Amino acid sequence: MTREEIFEELNEVFRDVFDDESIVVTDETTADDIEDWDSLEHINLLAAVEQQFGVKFNMGQIVTLKNVGEMVDLIESMV
Amino acid sequence: MKELEYPFDSEYILKKSKSLRRQLLADSSSRMHKRIAVLGGSTTHDFIRILELFLLNYGIEPEFYESEYAQYYQDAMFDPKELVSFSPDLIYIHTGYRNIEHLPSPGMPSSDVDAMLDAEFERFRSMWEHLASRYMCPVIQNNFEYPYYRVMGNYEAVDPSGRVRYVNRLNELFAGYAAGHEAFYIHDINYLSAAYGLDKWIDPAFWNMYKYMCSMQAIPEFAFSLSHIIKAVWGRNKKALALDLDNTLWGGIVGDDGPENLEIGQETAVAETYAEFQTYLKEQKSIGVLLNVDSKNDEANAMAGLEHPDGVLRPDDFIEIRANWEPKDRNLVDIASAINILPDSFVFVDDNPAERMIVEDQVPGVAVPDIGQPEEYIRRIDRNGYFEVIGLSEDDKQRNTMYKANAERAHLQAAYTDYHEYLLGLKMTAHIAPFEPLYYNRISQLTNKSNQFNLTTLRCTVADIERYAGDDRYITLYGQLSDKFGDNGIVSLVMGEIDPEAQVLHIRLWLMSCRVLKRDMECAMLDAVVDAARARGLKMLYGYYLPTAKNGMVREFYGTMGFELIEEKGNGTVWSLDVSGDREVRNTVITVE
Repeated sequence: MTREEIFEELNEVFRDVFDDESIVVTDETTADDIEDWDSLEHINLLAAVEQQFGVKFNMGQIVTLKNVGEMVDLIESMV
Repeated sequence: MKELEYPFDSEYILKKSKSLRRQLLADSSSRMHKRIAVLGGSTTHDFIRILELFLLNYGIEPEFYESEYAQYYQDAMFDPKELVSFSPDLIYIHTGYRNIEHLPSPGMPSSDVDAMLDAEFERFRSMWEHLASRYMCPVIQNNFEYPYYRVMGNYEAVDPSGRVRYVNRLNELFAGYAAGHEAFYIHDINYLSAAYGLDKWIDPAFWNMYKYMCSMQAIPEFAFSLSHIIKAVWGRNKKALALDLDNTLWGGIVGDDGPENLEIGQETAVAETYAEFQTYLKEQKSIGVLLNVDSKNDEANAMAGLEHPDGVLRPDDFIEIRANWEPKDRNLVDIASAINILPDSFVFVDDNPAERMIVEDQVPGVAVPDIGQPEEYIRRIDRNGYFEVIGLSEDDKQRNTMYKANAERAHLQAAYTDYHEYLLGLKMTAHIAPFEPLYYNRISQLTNKSNQFNLTTLRCTVADIERYAGDDRYITLYGQLSDKFGDNGIVSLVMGEIDPEAQVLHIRLWLMSCRVLKRDMECAMLDAVVDAARARGLKMLYGYYLPTAKNGMVREFYGTMGFELIEEKGNGTVWSLDVSGDREVRNTVITVE
């Protein structure tokens, strides 16, 4: 799976979870950029991402993620 | 909404919750608004998010109070002003194994374990008692799931210090409390987690990172199960089953294969599967679910199938049997009107997806589960919680007998040409009295289930009923009706609020079960209301009619009872009846005790 393909699928997950069709995520996107992305929605988001890509993040990986780019790196390393 | 019925896709619900919520709220049919306080022992955010969807799907629009993280005990015991002013309609205590404060360690002497168990139970019991007296509303409490590791292995279930045994004992204490208290319900997460699979249910990483009491993927199952109790409390249970015959109650087609060749009984695995399904349905009868047949068949063939010697269900087990070649949706509506309940109180069970689709499209609100393969029928129906029991009254156990007697009455009526003669021929006796503790459960149930003959559609919890009964500013009356075919149980309720200054009684609640329509029971109730009001020195009754989508049949009720229309408010009407002078009793056919 290429980075572009991951971004494309990931973008769909963000749109579903936040119910906002206008979302476009980039490497630099963080929780500050999306209105509803708080610590509680973060849990739901990660669960949806795991399901979409058929991966399971471990605790250490989850707590170090800083932005969407790092999330994509992590997914890329696992799929 | 199909997405929210078992079997559902949990991942989809979790991911799409916002859009599902939007769709549910866009449905313009009327919903009841309820305030639910969630007192959590762990993070409750996602549980509430998903619970809301299931409740909306049942026509309940909740507003939530969410305690601060893990503050369930403090909130329950110390009356925080946010909770007091929220004034909950229902309180749910979201606790689990991780919230047990007194846990034995392996090898601890059993007397110490007993003391711990007492202390733990006492901690919960004091919360329940405090909440019940402070808020007078129903309380739902989780029991406990099993621990996720067992230091002593299987011996954990045996030794008094074993935590598996400890959880079993604690759950038994919770159950004992619930059995002895009205308006207190156990949410059985012990069963739920077992059915889900304990290893999938418990996610230690999730607990340590986010303090969720179960895994994210289990939350929809959790919320669905909890929503069953909540909708049952507010009268959103289904009441009846409409069952197809061929390949639903037995294997094969009775008209083509002949009754002797049907798969039912103990001869083959398939026959056993159908026999077990029939047993399951027969058990539904004992909790008051009304069984009916809705089948495309010649009646003679249908009866031959139902009389199969190896079958479990007998023709007698059904209230109405419609075996003909009419469309099934029409038969269902016809059955509903014959037994006087609404079509949306039915669960339609048919193996044929095309028939299911017709009924689903034509009869709004009816439940039409995809029952899958014969070996899945039971689970597909059972897990949907259509008939969730929150208390089993004598009335529930007798319901089928009573409806059966109604069918016999219909035959008697056909033999009389004069309706008054018919009513006299029924030899009816009524018992009419103020609400009594023994019946609070049934009374509350009636206020939540009666939709058609219900003037104000005032829904009452057991706690509300207790309050009206114990306060002399209210007049309360229940009516029980018997006749020569049997006891109908409690069938009518009236509750009025006294205004002593004006010497009037405002009738806040008047309802009657539709199974005793046209029996003059409403006349007997009015006579009793008038007597009770006069005994309190009142001179006038005010009756209120508040229209809903379902209570059109009583629009003119007060008028026919001799009240005068004095006001039209919005869609509703206000009526008055002067009771200061002499009046003739209206009931002439029922002997009132």
